[in-house]
Amino acid sequence: MGLDFTVLPEFLDTLLLGSLWTIGITLSAAILSFFGGILFAVIALYAPAVVRYPFRLFAWLFMGTPLLLQLFLIYFGLIQIGVDLPAFVAGVIGLGLHFAVYNSDIIQAGILAVDKGQFEGARTLGLSNWQSIRKIIVPQAVRAVVPPIGNNMIALLKDSALVSVIGVTELTLSAQLAISKTFRPFEFYLAAAACYYVINLLLEAGLRRIERRIQAAR
Amino acid sequence: MTAKPFVDIRHAAKSYGTLEVLKDINLQVQKGQIVAIIGPSGSGKSTLLRAINDLDPLTSGEIWLEDKQVNKSLPPRQYEKHINQVRQEIGMVFQHFNLFPHLTVHGNITLAPKMLKGISDKEADDLAKDQLARVGLLDRIDYYPSQLSGGQKQRVAIARALAMAPKVMLFDEATSALDPELVEEVNLVMKKLAEEHMTMIIVTHEMGFAQDVCDRVLFMDQGIVVEEGPPEKIFRNPENERTQNFLRKHLQSQK
Ligand SMILES: Nc1ncnc2c1ncn2[C@@H]1O[C@H](COP(=O)(O)OP(=O)(O)OP(=O)(O)O)[C@@H](O)[C@H]1O
Ligand SMILES: [Mg+2]
Repeated sequence: MGLDFTVLPEFLDTLLLGSLWTIGITLSAAILSFFGGILFAVIALYAPAVVRYPFRLFAWLFMGTPLLLQLFLIYFGLIQIGVDLPAFVAGVIGLGLHFAVYNSDIIQAGILAVDKGQFEGARTLGLSNWQSIRKIIVPQAVRAVVPPIGNNMIALLKDSALVSVIGVTELTLSAQLAISKTFRPFEFYLAAAACYYVINLLLEAGLRRIERRIQAAR
Repeated sequence: MTAKPFVDIRHAAKSYGTLEVLKDINLQVQKGQIVAIIGPSGSGKSTLLRAINDLDPLTSGEIWLEDKQVNKSLPPRQYEKHINQVRQEIGMVFQHFNLFPHLTVHGNITLAPKMLKGISDKEADDLAKDQLARVGLLDRIDYYPSQLSGGQKQRVAIARALAMAPKVMLFDEATSALDPELVEEVNLVMKKLAEEHMTMIIVTHEMGFAQDVCDRVLFMDQGIVVEEGPPEKIFRNPENERTQNFLRKHLQSQK
């Protein structure tokens, strides 16, 4: 049995819908991971010890265990303690927190790299410690680390395929559904790969635009 | 009888471990007075200047601004509040400008007044324009710092400090990081402030500027004020041998 791509058009809407879910889950998780990353970085660097140490354990859990396990834990595990999340929400939280921890590492390095004179300049004007961190240090740190965070977001897009295992019909699961009806794995996985490729291009174009926009402000 | 000093530094001392950087320094500056601090590298000029707004806290001694003690001892939270208030009244200009690169010139100037004085957007616009006009950079209001020359950056930094309407301005080698041809534009702004009777304490390596602008010159070496007096006396007839040596070397190196 050779390859037969004529089976694809019939399932085009399935693949398109799957792509939309992939885009939706990626963008939602990316936003969560970005703001979560900032929050985690500020906690890791500035919070009092009673917050900082438990947070380290949490960060270690998210960095030291497989994302797949984290998704299972959030989707299937939390039900046992009465938290029954829709699969999409569980997927966004899992992906978002996982990448927030990675972003946090990058943002922490960015914060530490901001020139000491910036903090002094702010404090000299009368800004408080916290005002200086919020208005001067963090915005500069985030601008400086947009490229590595962008790389994380591309990794996030690819890892979003993992949420198929908790039943979100994103691109990968959509392809699998089509395969289960047609028994044409090669064609549909290739088609899904092409879709990922296009989404990836869009994401990269978006990231480049953001980078260009902050160019002067650095 | 002299008036009560505007800035009063009493028995200021500071050590890093066993290294004594400031040793019992006393300095009184009257309102509207302009004081230059000169001295060799490592003599403690920056440390003294930065003690005035408590950026580098003293080990012992008192700093007074009018009738307020800057470095008074308070519980941490109250102290934070107190010092943020006091710092609004003390403008500071750094050698490396320390402009905020992620904000435009407008943003740099208006950030602190907006956050701390609660002024409206319209008032902030007017304030930015007024201060930029003062330093001659009104046309650069929407630029980012990265789009300015060094001299322009420093003038914006001065405008930013002035926007808080400080009672005294501190300058730590404001022109040392500039290319020689950009020094004059910054000096001109400082001279203008002098004409407006701004109280200023200026750490500088530019003896000519100190001579032109300042009412008093302090020569520091190894953490003490070795000699002080009007510029004519310090530059023409220094009494102390260390002052003489410093000025001689300095003049040679400037040739
Ligand atoms: N954080 C610090 N830890 C230890 N020593 C320090 C620290 N900051 C400054 N010093 C020391 O304090 C002394 C005075 O430094 P300061 O920067 O006040 O000198 P300065 O007169 O401003 O010199 P320059 O003309 O080079 O700017 C120097 O010996 C310096 O090495
Ligand atoms: Mg210095």
